[in-house]
Amino acid sequence: MTDFIRFDRINKFYGPLCVVENLDLGIAKGEFVSLLGPSGSGKTTLLMMLAGFERTTSGTILLDGTAINDVPTYKRDMGIVFQSYALFPHMSVGENVAFPLQMRGMGKTEIAERVAKALDMVQLSAYAERRPSQLSGGQQQRVALSRALVFEPRVVLMDEPLGALDKQLREQMQLDIRDLHRRLGLTIVFVTHDQSEALTMSDRVAVFNKGKIEQIGTPRQVYDEPATRFVAEFIGETNLVEGVVESLQGQEATVRLPSGAQIVSAVSATVSAGQSVYVSIRPERVDLTEIRGDQLNCLEAEVTDSVYQGDHLRVQLHNPSHPLIAKLGRRSREFSPGTKVFAAFSSGDCRVIAP
Amino acid sequence: MPMKFTKFAFASLTILFLVAPLIAILPLAFTSSVILTYPIPSWSLRWFEELFTADAWRRAIVNSFIIGTGTTLLATVLGTAASLGLRNRLIFFRGTIRTLFLLPMVVPAVVLGVGMQVLLGGFGLTNSYAGVIIAHTVVAVPFVVVSVSGALAGIDRRVELAAESLGASPITVFRRVTLPLAMPGVLSGAVLAFATSLDEVVLTLFVAGPNQRTLARQMFSSIRENISPAIAAAAFLFITVTVVIGLIVILSNVMRARRR
Repeated sequence: MTDFIRFDRINKFYGPLCVVENLDLGIAKGEFVSLLGPSGSGKTTLLMMLAGFERTTSGTILLDGTAINDVPTYKRDMGIVFQSYALFPHMSVGENVAFPLQMRGMGKTEIAERVAKALDMVQLSAYAERRPSQLSGGQQQRVALSRALVFEPRVVLMDEPLGALDKQLREQMQLDIRDLHRRLGLTIVFVTHDQSEALTMSDRVAVFNKGKIEQIGTPRQVYDEPATRFVAEFIGETNLVEGVVESLQGQEATVRLPSGAQIVSAVSATVSAGQSVYVSIRPERVDLTEIRGDQLNCLEAEVTDSVYQGDHLRVQLHNPSHPLIAKLGRRSREFSPGTKVFAAFSSGDCRVIAP
Repeated sequence: MPMKFTKFAFASLTILFLVAPLIAILPLAFTSSVILTYPIPSWSLRWFEELFTADAWRRAIVNSFIIGTGTTLLATVLGTAASLGLRNRLIFFRGTIRTLFLLPMVVPAVVLGVGMQVLLGGFGLTNSYAGVIIAHTVVAVPFVVVSVSGALAGIDRRVELAAESLGASPITVFRRVTLPLAMPGVLSGAVLAFATSLDEVVLTLFVAGPNQRTLARQMFSSIRENISPAIAAAAFLFITVTVVIGLIVILSNVMRARRR
């Protein structure tokens, strides 16, 4: 499969400061890729370079096999949605959506038809005559979305488009955008610092850190099989336990903890015996039992605190090597502080990560 | 309560202090007497008649209009271009250049006038409309720069980026987005430029010839030659024109804001 969008050894410097470092990334046609990372990790800069607002210091950006480094933004045919909506305040909603069609020299009747359809798609047909300032934040963002889609761009770029909306609206818009992506077969590059948003919406997630991609994969891969400590900690919550690799058996490794206990764990990175590593254990994969069960990994621990959080019970544990957190289903029984328990999990529920 | 009253009294006195000269001169425009003093014997429009029929006054009014219009056009175009340029973060010494643009506001007009006479003389532009318009433009541009820069600062840069991504070339972005959004600032800049030109005396004294006598210049010289109430009538005209233009701008801004 050839990539529709291809970043080829991209570097971006602001003076001596390196924002994007030797980055390669391919995106297929019709794919929804999220660029996820903390602020300053280079994800927005990469999007701005794809949009043509920023120039690459070196490297090539290919769109459908053609280098677009020297193509100005207005000829790139990309729809962009910003966090700040960026609607034209001096035009009505209808005029906003008509703008890209006017730029393409379309006839009046065709423009009217397409604008009506695009506003219908985001359920805003009744608002065509209004000014953007008369709409709520969610409505404005839907106008921005229909304006970015109405001219059937080759790629749709979104820069934290839901960041300014409240939680409930944000979750609704996530599903709406995902639905549009599937229905229209759009190629979408989506920048966000919200990991749950990236997991919800994307075909693939690229996790950014310090101008590099730490890991790229499906939401399931980046969550279940984090390749690095950064990815494990940035996406979701995790217990990171330090230890030394004792032996390797195929895709699994035996790790000895400072307390002397052993963990058998799946391996993400290339490690060798004798190396110190981290084991990442997701809190919701940990089971608590009062008698030693038959599961492979069983760590002795003592409950220090237990908090009921509605949909789950959050239990803090103290273990001779490390503090641990377990998230238990709501049907779980209560654990009072001081209870001696065993934290049990299978070898597939944890991952060895190189430090 | 007494505090409130004191504030009110102080504010009223300050306003009175500011408009007292206007209150003193304006009624005299309607006097029937031939000298510019109180008391007013009876009301009359004779001095307005004089203003519009006497050759010197009529020409002064026309000159003020020509020079004011020319200055407004030139200063607005130059000032707007300068403000747009000053938005670019990549320009070195942006702050310094900005200060340079505003310098004519604080430099003594007499100094500017002398310099202007020497400079324009070198180009053979003294005693010409072009010369006076250029001179007035120099002092009018800062007002346009201040007002347009303010309007541009209020524009979200991403709105322009969005327009570009939607297929608008840089010129189209300017025409369809930047300029319409900056228009209130451009208009008030233009009005300030016109008002500056209308009011300007010192540079005009240095640069203009007898054929470019503006209304302000004519008032200045006629008050020394003969103290006729025509001056008061001219002042009245002055104030009226300024107030009307000001109202038009305020109204158009209000209408624009309401449409949003």
